[in-house]
Amino acid sequence: MKSLWSHILGLGLVALMALVTAAHAEDLVVYAASSLTEAFQQEASAFDSAHPGVHVLLNFAGSSTLSTQITQGAPADVFASANLAQMKVVADAGLLDGDPVDFAGNALVVVAAAGTTLSSPEDLAAKGVSVVLAGPSVPVGAYSRKALAKLDAVYGPDFSERVMANVVSEELNVREVAAKVELGEADAAIVYSTDAAVLHGVKVIAIPAKENVAAVYQIAPLRSSGQLALARAFVAFVQSKQGQDILAQHGFTPPPG
Amino acid sequence: MPARLRPRLLHRRGTPYVQLAAMAVMLVLLVLPILTLLARAASPALLSNLLHPAAVDALRLSIVTTLISMALTLLLGTPVAYLLARHRFPGMRWLDALLDLPIVLPPVVAGVSLLLVFGRRGLLGGALDHVGIHLPFTTAAVVMAQLFVASPYYIRTVKGGFGAVPRRLEAVSWTLGKSEALTFWRVTLPLVMPYLIEGLVLAWARALGEFGATIVFAGSLQGRTRTMPLAIYTALERDLGSALALSAVLAVTAFALLLAFRFVLSVRDASE
Repeated sequence: MKSLWSHILGLGLVALMALVTAAHAEDLVVYAASSLTEAFQQEASAFDSAHPGVHVLLNFAGSSTLSTQITQGAPADVFASANLAQMKVVADAGLLDGDPVDFAGNALVVVAAAGTTLSSPEDLAAKGVSVVLAGPSVPVGAYSRKALAKLDAVYGPDFSERVMANVVSEELNVREVAAKVELGEADAAIVYSTDAAVLHGVKVIAIPAKENVAAVYQIAPLRSSGQLALARAFVAFVQSKQGQDILAQHGFTPPPG
Repeated sequence: MPARLRPRLLHRRGTPYVQLAAMAVMLVLLVLPILTLLARAASPALLSNLLHPAAVDALRLSIVTTLISMALTLLLGTPVAYLLARHRFPGMRWLDALLDLPIVLPPVVAGVSLLLVFGRRGLLGGALDHVGIHLPFTTAAVVMAQLFVASPYYIRTVKGGFGAVPRRLEAVSWTLGKSEALTFWRVTLPLVMPYLIEGLVLAWARALGEFGATIVFAGSLQGRTRTMPLAIYTALERDLGSALALSAVLAVTAFALLLAFRFVLSVRDASE
């Protein structure tokens, strides 16, 4: 019996090692901001078909969560951040391969739950309106606060303060923010226009261009990647005509500037 | 450990290499991360990290909400445990298993289920809205999430306690003319007390660490719904030092609770 068990154990170990090495051979791990979910799923499958045998694995989360994971040693090959600040966190840790490049832009909108009477960004400050924002370290949270401050010039100097008093929760990525409004638990939120496009049953309220904040997305290969050539190829692909077309289909603008 | 097992173990000769090796692996896996956490947290900035308003708010909120949820657990869980231990009724097994379910469910599932019932568009959301009650994103929602995940531990433990009280002792009290209520207070409750404390400690430890159900059902806002675990998760993205400081406080508090629990257990075993 003992030898039978040791055989089974041995076989199991061999199978496990085979699985582990197989999983590592051609996988390219891309950490990307939550707002890039649909666009990067398409980028990944396009990249996969252009590189037979390669499989892009995607990890979506708030850029601030991703930058923390990467600086704590997460095995990522590429990082796509929704703002410069979180890319800088990784750059300052000396983990980037070269300089990050701007590859997309985005704008902010207000989304309101179906059945609410909100019709203008000004209503975010109305009494009794429950607002959800992302936390200040999450890119969309930082952009939202900037936009609210700009809107003070339009709606009065205490506008942003009154909106902040209506905030009932600070979420960790833009999709969690959006989900709270889509579920109808909160009345309104500020998300990217690309997120608003994939939400169901919400009202989209535009923020005027003058007070809007242009989000800048950056991407870079990570120095610790075991397959730097492939990581660089993915970054180049996202910037290529085909990669940019995919982003445009999902509502992203070319990088500003 | 039952006494009759002891001599055999004592007489076993040789060094238990296998057990020691397993222990070493488990120590590295279970204890080393926590000790490292404490060591890393013990920096000169520890105090200033802990006195940061966000940390103070989180601590206060965790203490207040877990105290409330423990009071409710005691009030609501004790009768339920008594009912389950002392009465036979149809569907009891089903109810018993259902009440254990929150222990097994991932907390995020708990949060989603709470939203589906008590959320604004939930099963009872409309009725609650009608009487002006909005639960999501409130401190009350934090307490409900804690009750959901923690009270089953209490009910389970105390149910076992009521089952272990010799009915004979209660019968003696009744024959002496004491009322059922007086018997409960004077005879049953003192005997069940160690189980009650044990159940509360377990439930409190679980409520203190509650994360998934809270972030889904109650959201995360400093001073209102951002308890310690949520504050730690939020701080991780900005400032590792303050995340470590809060983690250390949580770990030390939980350890103190569990140590107290060991003492309660030894007192109970000695009294048996």
